[in-house]
Amino acid sequence: MQLTDTERAMLDGSAGKAQQKAMELLVRYAEALGAERFVETNNVAGVPGSYTPFLFNYYKATRENAYDLIYSLFDLDSDEVVEVPRLQVHGCHLQGGVDPEGWQTLGAKPEALQASQDSERAASSKGIEILKTCTPYLAGNVPARGEHCAWMESSAVVYCNSVLGARTNTEGRESTSAAMLTGRIPDWGLHRAENRLASHRIDVDVATESVMDWGLLGYYAGIAVGERIPVLTGRLAPPDLVRYKHFGAAAASSGGVEMYHLVGITPDAETLEMALGSRRPEQVLHYGAAERARTYDELNSNGKDTDVDYVMLGCPHAALEQIEQICELLEGRRISVNCRLWVFTSRAIKSVADARGLTRVIRDAGGVVLTDTCSAISQAIPPGTKVAALDSAKQAHYLPAIMGIQAWFGSTSDCIDTALTGRWNGRRP
Amino acid sequence: MSTLITLHGRKVVGGIAEGEALVTHETISGWGGVNATTGTVIEIRHELRGQSFKDKVLVCPGAKGSSGWSNMFHLTRLMGTAPRALIFNEMTTKIALGAVVMRVPAVTELDQDPLAIIETGDWVRVDADRGIVEIRKARRAVRPRATIAVERTTPE
Repeated sequence: MQLTDTERAMLDGSAGKAQQKAMELLVRYAEALGAERFVETNNVAGVPGSYTPFLFNYYKATRENAYDLIYSLFDLDSDEVVEVPRLQVHGCHLQGGVDPEGWQTLGAKPEALQASQDSERAASSKGIEILKTCTPYLAGNVPARGEHCAWMESSAVVYCNSVLGARTNTEGRESTSAAMLTGRIPDWGLHRAENRLASHRIDVDVATESVMDWGLLGYYAGIAVGERIPVLTGRLAPPDLVRYKHFGAAAASSGGVEMYHLVGITPDAETLEMALGSRRPEQVLHYGAAERARTYDELNSNGKDTDVDYVMLGCPHAALEQIEQICELLEGRRISVNCRLWVFTSRAIKSVADARGLTRVIRDAGGVVLTDTCSAISQAIPPGTKVAALDSAKQAHYLPAIMGIQAWFGSTSDCIDTALTGRWNGRRP
Repeated sequence: MSTLITLHGRKVVGGIAEGEALVTHETISGWGGVNATTGTVIEIRHELRGQSFKDKVLVCPGAKGSSGWSNMFHLTRLMGTAPRALIFNEMTTKIALGAVVMRVPAVTELDQDPLAIIETGDWVRVDADRGIVEIRKARRAVRPRATIAVERTTPE
C-alpha cells in the first residue's frame, strides 16, 4: 500500500496508540480489499464503542473501563487496550438498541438501558455526535456532493451515494470506528468515479408513484442486480425524500445495492449515457405490472393469518411528513385492543413531532412513538406477537427472519387500517 | 482414492485451515441473515436456512445486505461459531472487513469458479498465504459416472 507520511506516522505509533491500532486494522482491511491507498474523510457514521450486556460481559468490563476496552478489542480488533482520544474528524452515532424514554415499552432490561446510556455518555465525551438514527441525513448530517464519507447502515449508504452524490462504501462497525480516529478509509469501490457507473438497466414500465410502489421497485431491483449498480429508466416521477428512502432501503436488503441512478433525476445520471459511462449495460431488465405483482407476493409470502397483533412503522426512521400522514389517518380514532402500533423515528424528528403535538395524536389513538432503534435492531416486538403488518420492504425482509413471526407488507394506510381493525386487508397493486 | 483438485487465487486474510465445505450459490446476509449464537443461516428463502457454518469451510458468491455484516461475523468468532475458512467470488467491503475481523483464512479471485467445483461435504484445505485451495471430492462427480454409463453401452 502507498501510505502518506501522516498515515505512516499513525501506523508506527508516533501519532498515538489508538491511531496506531486503528491504522493497523485499516491496513489489514485495505489489503483484504486490494486497495492501494486511503482517501481522507471528515464524515464518518457508525456505532463506535456501543455495547450490549453481551459484549460487556464477554470482555469482563467494568462501568469505568468498558468504553475503551470494547472500542479497542472489538471495534479496532486490537489485542491491546488503548485509550480512545477525542475525535479529530466529524463522527456520528447511528441507531442503537434502546430508546432511553420508551425502553420499558420495548421490554428492554435495565442493564441493557444502562449499557446503552453508559456507552452513549462515553461516546459523547469523545465528541461523537449522538444522532441515534438510521437516517442521519434527516437528523443533521447531510453530506455534500462528492464528499468522501465512511458510513455504515446500508439504507443510509445508498441514499448518500445515489441521492446526494457523496461517496461511501458500505462500511462496517470496525472500519468506521477506525476511520473516526484516523480520518482515513480505503480508496476502493464507490470512492472512485469509474466504479460508480451503472452495470444494469432496468426499464420501468408500470406507474411508480406511491411510497409502496417505490418500496416494491427497490426490492425488485435488489433481487435483479444483487450487489451491482442499476440505472432506472421509464415511468418514474421524481421521487421525494421518503420514496428515495424506501426504495434504497429495499434494494439494499433484497440485494446489496449501494448505488443506483434514475435517469434525469439523480445527480450522476443527467442522461442514460452519463449513468452508464457510454458502456452497454450487462443486462437490461423489464419491470412491469407482472414483476411488481410478483415482488409484492414475495414480500407477503410469509403472511398467513389475517389477524394482526402488531403494526410497525418507521423503517427507515420516519420522516416528519410520514408522522403527519399517520396522524391524519389516526385522528380521532382508536386502534384495536388486539393490536399495537409502534412508530420509530429519530430523536431529532421526534422533538419536532412533540412540539407539533403529533406524538400526542398517536398516543391518544393508542399508539406510541419510539426513537433510537426499531424492532429488527432491538429484537423487540410486543409480547405475544404472531403477525405483524409493515409498510417497509426492508423491515418485511428482516423482521420475520429475526423474530420468527409472520409479516404482511403494504402501504402506510393499509397498515393504519390494520391497526384500527386488527385485521390485514392489504391488496396487491 | 479421491482426486485432488487445486485452485489458485488471491489472499484476503492469511493463514491455513481445512475442513468440510459448506457451499451456497446465494450471497449471505450477516446481520439479520445469520444467528451468531449457533452460526446458522436464518434468512427466509435462503437455500442454507437452518444450516450452520460453524467449523466448515464456507464457500459462497459473496455478501449482501446490512452493514452489520462484519459485526455479526465478528460475533461468530467470539461465540465460537465462525467458519474455519472462507472462499468467495465477489469482493465487497462487507466480506473483506468480515473476513478480517473473523480472523480466518480467506481467498478470492480463484482461477476457476469455486462454486462450480466445490460441493457441500468436500474436504477443502485453504492455504491463504499462498492463495491455494485444495479440494478432495466427497463423492464422485455426477458427470464422470454418466460418461462411464455411456461407454458401457457404446459398441467397441
